[in-house]
Amino acid sequence: MDNIFTWLERLVQLLLERGWGISVASRLGSSLHFFIYDIVKIMILLGIMIFLISYLRSYFPPEKTKKILERFSGVSGHIMASLLGIVTPFCSCSSVPIFIGFIEAGIPLGVTFSFLITSPIVNEAAFAVLLAAFGWRIAVVYVVTGVIIGIIGGIVIDFLALEKWVEKYVYQLQLGKQEIKKLNRRERVRLAWNNVKEIVGRIWFFLIIGIGIGAIIHGWAPAPVLAKYAGPDNPLAVLIGVLVGIPLYSNALGTIPIAEALIHKGVGIGTALSFMMATTALSLPAMILLRKVIKVKLLAVFVTITGLAIIVIGYFFNIIADFLI
Amino acid sequence: MIKKIEVLGSGCAKCRKTAELIEQGLEAAGIEVELVKVEEIEEIVQKGIMMTPAVLIDGQTKCAGRVPSASEIKSWFE
Repeated sequence: MDNIFTWLERLVQLLLERGWGISVASRLGSSLHFFIYDIVKIMILLGIMIFLISYLRSYFPPEKTKKILERFSGVSGHIMASLLGIVTPFCSCSSVPIFIGFIEAGIPLGVTFSFLITSPIVNEAAFAVLLAAFGWRIAVVYVVTGVIIGIIGGIVIDFLALEKWVEKYVYQLQLGKQEIKKLNRRERVRLAWNNVKEIVGRIWFFLIIGIGIGAIIHGWAPAPVLAKYAGPDNPLAVLIGVLVGIPLYSNALGTIPIAEALIHKGVGIGTALSFMMATTALSLPAMILLRKVIKVKLLAVFVTITGLAIIVIGYFFNIIADFLI
Repeated sequence: MIKKIEVLGSGCAKCRKTAELIEQGLEAAGIEVELVKVEEIEEIVQKGIMMTPAVLIDGQTKCAGRVPSASEIKSWFE
């Protein structure tokens, strides 16, 4: 990844040094370089990744995912559900109808949760921003981990047999028949392009603020102090990262450039990744919606299992960080 | 001739935006037709919709899981 954007890095450096006479070795120069380079890089990657993933996703509407899942049972059901969670387009406001649709089709509660846990964690915007900030390896590791958390979370929920904590009316509902419209290529392209516009429109502002803060950290923050408080050796860092992440929701994507700058200064990569997972998987709006179909107790189990998994993963990444970067 | 347009969604920002765009589209096309906002989750599910916001025209799904574009809406009313 770093190699692909070397030209951009050089270009920005050239612009700063030849154009404005600011050396990138200076504090101001280092900050400005980070700011301009990161904005361009992240926007390019966001555009391309969201487009490609959205195009792929147009082949997997939840209705189709549901049909596929009806054919799997046991652990393979969880694995399939978690994998399909990657490709099925999904926003938190659809979590309730999807939940009902799955349960009504006889898909086990735990398998449904495998899907519901992975789907928001592995989203195109998070993937693109991670790719831009940390490169391929971390982005792929993030996806794989998201899938594993979904599989484990769903299996645990199955094991606990928590069907009694699903609101009764869910089991009485009958899903209506609705034809799935076949899309042609032009429609898929339009869909993907609209998705790029929608997501970039939603997060660009937060990204720029995040990149701005990241740039300041890059030029000015004292590395030893940060490494001491939020480095991989501080046992509380991951926990705090997750707790802070929960109420932030997806706008927190803007924090990734901050994390990028912090990691250069010694903050643990696991801390940054678990923070990001917490913002997506445990988002408050999604939980409020899910409350309509499941009782508070099940919601609590879901949050506990997912939260714990994310924290464990965070520590794990901090331990193996040296092999990742 | 369109008889009934339904916008399905539990009142999230995207659903409100969809309803708004449809109202504008109807006005621009000069069509007067019943526009129903379906917000009850039971009713949404019973109509077979798994992704919101969704737009149904005379019971047929025109789009689901996204906010339709203005030009798309225009094409439905032609």
